[in-house]
Amino acid sequence: MWKTILRRFLVMIPQLFILSIMIFVLAQFMPGDPFTGLITPDTDAATIERLREEAGLNDPVHIQYINWIKNAAKGDLGRSYTQQLPVTKVIGSRVANTFSLSLLSLVLMYAIALPLGIIAGRYNGSRIDKVITSYNFIALAIPGFVLYLVMLLIFGYRLGWFPTSGTVSTSGLTGITYMLDRLYHMILPALCYAVLTTTSTIQYLRNEIVDAKSQDYVRTARSKGVPIKTVYNKHIFRNSLLPIAAFFGFQITGLLAGSVMIETVFAYPGMGSLFIDSVTQRDYSVMTALVLLYGLLTLIGSLVSDIIMSIVDPRIRIE
Amino acid sequence: MEKQYEVEEEMLDKAATENPTGFKVIVKEFKKDKLAMGSLIVLAVLWLAIFIGAAVLDQDEIMYVDILSSYARPGENGFLLGADYGGRSILGQLIIGGRNSILIGVSVTILTTIIGIVVGLIAGFYGGKIDNAIMRIIDFIQVLPTMMIIIVIVTIIPKYNMLTFTMIMVVFYWVGNARLVRSKALTEARRDYVSASKTMGTKSWKIMLGGILPNISSIIIVDATLSLAANIGIETGLSFLGFGLPPATPSLGTLIGYARSPEVIADRLYIWLPASLLILVMMLCINYIGQALRRASDAKQRLG
Repeated sequence: MWKTILRRFLVMIPQLFILSIMIFVLAQFMPGDPFTGLITPDTDAATIERLREEAGLNDPVHIQYINWIKNAAKGDLGRSYTQQLPVTKVIGSRVANTFSLSLLSLVLMYAIALPLGIIAGRYNGSRIDKVITSYNFIALAIPGFVLYLVMLLIFGYRLGWFPTSGTVSTSGLTGITYMLDRLYHMILPALCYAVLTTTSTIQYLRNEIVDAKSQDYVRTARSKGVPIKTVYNKHIFRNSLLPIAAFFGFQITGLLAGSVMIETVFAYPGMGSLFIDSVTQRDYSVMTALVLLYGLLTLIGSLVSDIIMSIVDPRIRIE
Repeated sequence: MEKQYEVEEEMLDKAATENPTGFKVIVKEFKKDKLAMGSLIVLAVLWLAIFIGAAVLDQDEIMYVDILSSYARPGENGFLLGADYGGRSILGQLIIGGRNSILIGVSVTILTTIIGIVVGLIAGFYGGKIDNAIMRIIDFIQVLPTMMIIIVIVTIIPKYNMLTFTMIMVVFYWVGNARLVRSKALTEARRDYVSASKTMGTKSWKIMLGGILPNISSIIIVDATLSLAANIGIETGLSFLGFGLPPATPSLGTLIGYARSPEVIADRLYIWLPASLLILVMMLCINYIGQALRRASDAKQRLG
């Protein structure tokens, strides 16, 4: 198994390399340079030239690329054009928001998907199974932003149950009230996200359980006299849960991709909305850094999934 | 040689008639499934209305800014569904935007399906090193933060239109289709009839297109239907964020995008709700149709 994991790591290196080159090339096409905002109309050409020389902008492209990677590895991603702060600081202030929202979404998603998947699988063909399958089908068909807007309209604006933007109501809250207020701001977006992303988990769990029902080990357990409840809880459920665990990494990847949309609709100040803001304001350094970060996190997400998969399912291990 | 081809074709024809696949099964399935039939009718009526409407309407006239009619309520100033901040008819934008979104969705689906078939067949038929190399590329594109990269590309290229936008989408979204075709072609290429054709000296491309492709075509059609829904969703989503179609070309997503301002979402429902409902209805219909097609392609699941 260690061989598989090592091999998977080795596959990631060229992927990372190509990703970084892609982003570097995209960044080259972006107008502006690191001094946009620093230079005033009074700055004379010689100073600009000196600044450019010092920043290495006159170096050949491959040297620039190497320097960029070196700096990025050290955590130096340049300065934000619009905020006059290091990019890492600008992004850093949003990381916790996106992370906590994602965590809550993930918890809610599993809290909805696992029971529904188990029920649908256990009573497959019954009325409740049909209801769950239809819900699953509709959730798959609805485009996220349409549902988010309608939910925001109903529960945020019309009913006024939930806040419509931000992470905290007023500043100055401390301790437990602060935590609760933040949670209060995250519930609606997290719930919206969770409701739509349950599909793959429910579908998979249902199919696994339906398949498992006719397996020999279940029949053996039943004929030994093991109660049906124990068969489900101890035998079927455990086996069916393994592939769900393997999708964990992809769930994280999906959450990241989804954060752009959900944070924009709910005006939630996370990394996703920062990305849209930076694009709108043409803050190219923040934009580049975020694409790099998301790319890296997505690569890690698929790596984690593959590793879990190889632990769970020995068949896909490489000899 | 010529004779051998004929024999082979006869065999393939025979196989096709023995298993009741194809159009008849689909018709039977739709007759049995009221929901899918309803979806098909609703979708046909909607698309027909949108395309006829778009042919009659003039896009420049619709997109002409008239400040005096800014935010006209439905029914005011002769606007059936009201107007946006620029005094542009919502109904007109709905029709033109609907047409644009459908056109992009359909062209992206056709192009990605064609690329998917070609790449998938090659990878699946040859296997081994070629398959490995192709799969590496597919794996890589699939783990990219696609939406963000498209947004970045759209912002840095100075001028683009519907065609370039379609191309940008195709570059990133063919991988799903290719992966599916490849996995099906891989199992199909191990079948006896393929080995037999190879032994007879049939050219590889002929086996791929004449032998393997017809056998996996039903799965490709189902996949194409479902990716049509997905592609319309992606385009409208990008346009909603403001990075899809260029501003002068309305999309359904552009209309919904007005709802990003708190004032519009809460008080001016007539601007974004019709477009949202239109997308929702289209998505559900396409998915129901896809579902019925899937059942028709799998004898075990058929209702009819």
